[in-house]
Amino acid sequence: MAPLVSISGLKVAFNGTPVLHGIDLDIDKGEAVGLVGESGSGKSVTWLAALGLLPAKAKVAGSATLDGRELIGADGKVLDQVRGRRIAMIFQDPASALNPVLTIRRQLCESLALHRGLRGEAARIEALRLLDLVGIPDANRRLSAYPHEFSGGQVQRIMIAIALAGQPHLLIADEPTTALDATIQAQILDLLAAVRREFNMAMVLISHDLGVVAENCDRVCVMYAGRIVERAPATRLFDDPWHPYAQGLIGALPPLDGARRRLQAIPGTVPDPRALPSGCAFAPRCSFAGDGCHAGVPLLAPIVQDRAVACLRPQRLPVELAAE
Amino acid sequence: MTTPLVEINQISRTYRMRTGLFGRTTSVHAVDGLSFSIVKGETLGIVGESGSGKSTTGRMVLGLEPPDAGTVRFDGAPIAAPGTAAWRAQRARMQMIFQDPLGALDRRLPVAEQIREPLDIHDIGTKDERDARVRELLLSVDLNDSHGRRYPGALSGGQRQRIVLARALATRPDFLVCDEPVSALDVSIQAQVVNLLVDLQARLGLTMLFISHDLRVIRQISSKVAVMYLGRIVEYGDADDLFAKPQHPYTQALVSASPAPGRRSIGRIVLTGDPPNPAARPSGCAFHPRCRHASARCAIEVPALAALDAQRQVACHLVTGSQSHTQDAA
Ligand SMILES: Nc1ncnc2c1ncn2[C@@H]1O[C@H](COP(=O)(O)OP(=O)(O)OP(=O)(O)O)[C@@H](O)[C@H]1O
Ligand SMILES: Nc1ncnc2c1ncn2[C@@H]1O[C@H](COP(=O)(O)OP(=O)(O)O)[C@@H](O)[C@H]1O
Ligand code: SF4
Ligand code: SF4
Ligand SMILES: [Mg+2]
Ligand SMILES: [Mg+2]
Repeated sequence: MAPLVSISGLKVAFNGTPVLHGIDLDIDKGEAVGLVGESGSGKSVTWLAALGLLPAKAKVAGSATLDGRELIGADGKVLDQVRGRRIAMIFQDPASALNPVLTIRRQLCESLALHRGLRGEAARIEALRLLDLVGIPDANRRLSAYPHEFSGGQVQRIMIAIALAGQPHLLIADEPTTALDATIQAQILDLLAAVRREFNMAMVLISHDLGVVAENCDRVCVMYAGRIVERAPATRLFDDPWHPYAQGLIGALPPLDGARRRLQAIPGTVPDPRALPSGCAFAPRCSFAGDGCHAGVPLLAPIVQDRAVACLRPQRLPVELAAE
Repeated sequence: MTTPLVEINQISRTYRMRTGLFGRTTSVHAVDGLSFSIVKGETLGIVGESGSGKSTTGRMVLGLEPPDAGTVRFDGAPIAAPGTAAWRAQRARMQMIFQDPLGALDRRLPVAEQIREPLDIHDIGTKDERDARVRELLLSVDLNDSHGRRYPGALSGGQRQRIVLARALATRPDFLVCDEPVSALDVSIQAQVVNLLVDLQARLGLTMLFISHDLRVIRQISSKVAVMYLGRIVEYGDADDLFAKPQHPYTQALVSASPAPGRRSIGRIVLTGDPPNPAARPSGCAFHPRCRHASARCAIEVPALAALDAQRQVACHLVTGSQSHTQDAA
């Protein structure tokens, strides 16, 4: 099956400083892929670049295709057909993404007119159905309300309703619940899962919360300093992380049950993109680093089917290989 | 019994806010009749959703803001009136750390000078002693002189938070209030600061009030935990035990909403209804519009925080039965 979206060799530089160093990533129809990594690792920029949403000062190279059609460098008309329609995006800060002076109805109907050509009564009925779908109580009356009249969790639901207006095949959810409280976060993630089942929609879930990604995604990519350093099915990654950075991220998470243990903190800090270490960018923080690690940049290489890692000194074989 | 260092008795705080076109004032019961004590050398974690009154509690405990009702006692004595000499003496023994280290630091001063500031203010030691103490403090938070010479802008978020911690420890306080100190940090950096706090707490015998919305971080650091919902404590107990066997329906939902890598949660409790609004607190048990066990009584009677056993206190009609307040403070 050809992937829905295929990104290869995607690079981005701001003012001459490279921040993405060649991303390769395929998204299949209907699947949920998680992107994790510390802030600044390039999770958002990857998708902003693919959708042509970066400011003009950004230099973008490489390829991102949707159903085989190139998006990088594509002209505005092509991208307008894609954005919101085939691929929708929701952001961390929902308040800034809604227009404060327009009613929810206006904003939903605009999106329905733009992406589906619905107008008048047809648009109104569809807007109502979408608000209902995302669980806004008393949807009929609430359509004429303004964004500030809703709570943070409700605003995020409305954002999801607007994103769904174009019946997208892929939803990019960039930290969709980071600003929300735990119980509200669980509600929103549940909603996204239900919507995905109903429409067989693919999703990229960008989050710094490993638990959120583990529970909601089929596959996970771990990013560090502008590269994917590990790619694996969600359950396998968390049971058996292989890249030292992925191991570190999981070890750093305080457990919620069982015995308390000292957290395995990753020493040091994320490198400045203007002063990346030579070779493996993780080397200064890596307890397994050897001479070779400083010499060349490790490339993301498959180890077993559907698992890949970018590390020059594999400490041990992954469980799957050792068994062979 | 071990002696409490901090004792809070029935403190409340109400804010009045103007809302709407006609400037009608509404009352927000940010904190409503809160009581707890913290034993010397222990850490009490306060967890709860945004607006549940955690930070307001922290400010009242430090005497930065007076409670409208109730008392705060520190080491057996009431908190002195702000600005007085007695208050300054108390304040040197209690310090705080907030979420945003950059906001807490002066961008125009090298950080070592900022660590030194409390020593100058409280006139502690000679010049040489102060210099030595600053160096010692930097080392105690795993930094060195070269970090000390930098400005806040030249340090990472985790390093800045350690500078804030070093400054808070300068006067050798007995009590530390930490309000979301690691929430703005990335996971790997968060672990560095959490480990450091745990180590320092043990080494210096600090008593701490640790505020966070993150259950994992709270459990890692706290000996006791209080769960807040709309200005009240709904559950209190030993940290490990409370998260392993939550009794209040809200705590149960909170624990089950916290996803864990490596286990897909089956039968997660997903609440319905809106997040709590402090300006429109529901009658009776404030959680009742979202509670799957709510009965008619829950909408009328406020459940009192009552002992379930020697370790645990819960405010829920279902769990603790007949004990209740009939009057609704809201
Ligand atoms: N100075 C103030 N004036 C008016 N209202 C206030 C003031 N300080 C706090 N409040 C209100 O009191 C309630 C409790 O606020 P508080 O800051 O204690 O919550 P919190 O639990 O710390 O939340 P968060 O997790 O968002 O930090 C909120 O409704 C808040 O808006
Ligand atoms: N508009 C911009 N101008 C300059 N640099 C940017 C811009 N957007 C992102 N960057 C830089 O690109 C890198 C990746 O950022 P981003 O993709 O936002 O990270 P995250 O993984 O946190 O989503 C960071 O170094 C960031 O500072
Ligand atoms: S390549 Fe070397 S430095 Fe990089 S993660 Fe692997 S072992 Fe560590
Ligand atoms: S008192 Fe009633 S509404 Fe409140 S938590 Fe208990 S059962 Fe639920
Ligand atoms: Mg981002
Ligand atoms: Mg707060």
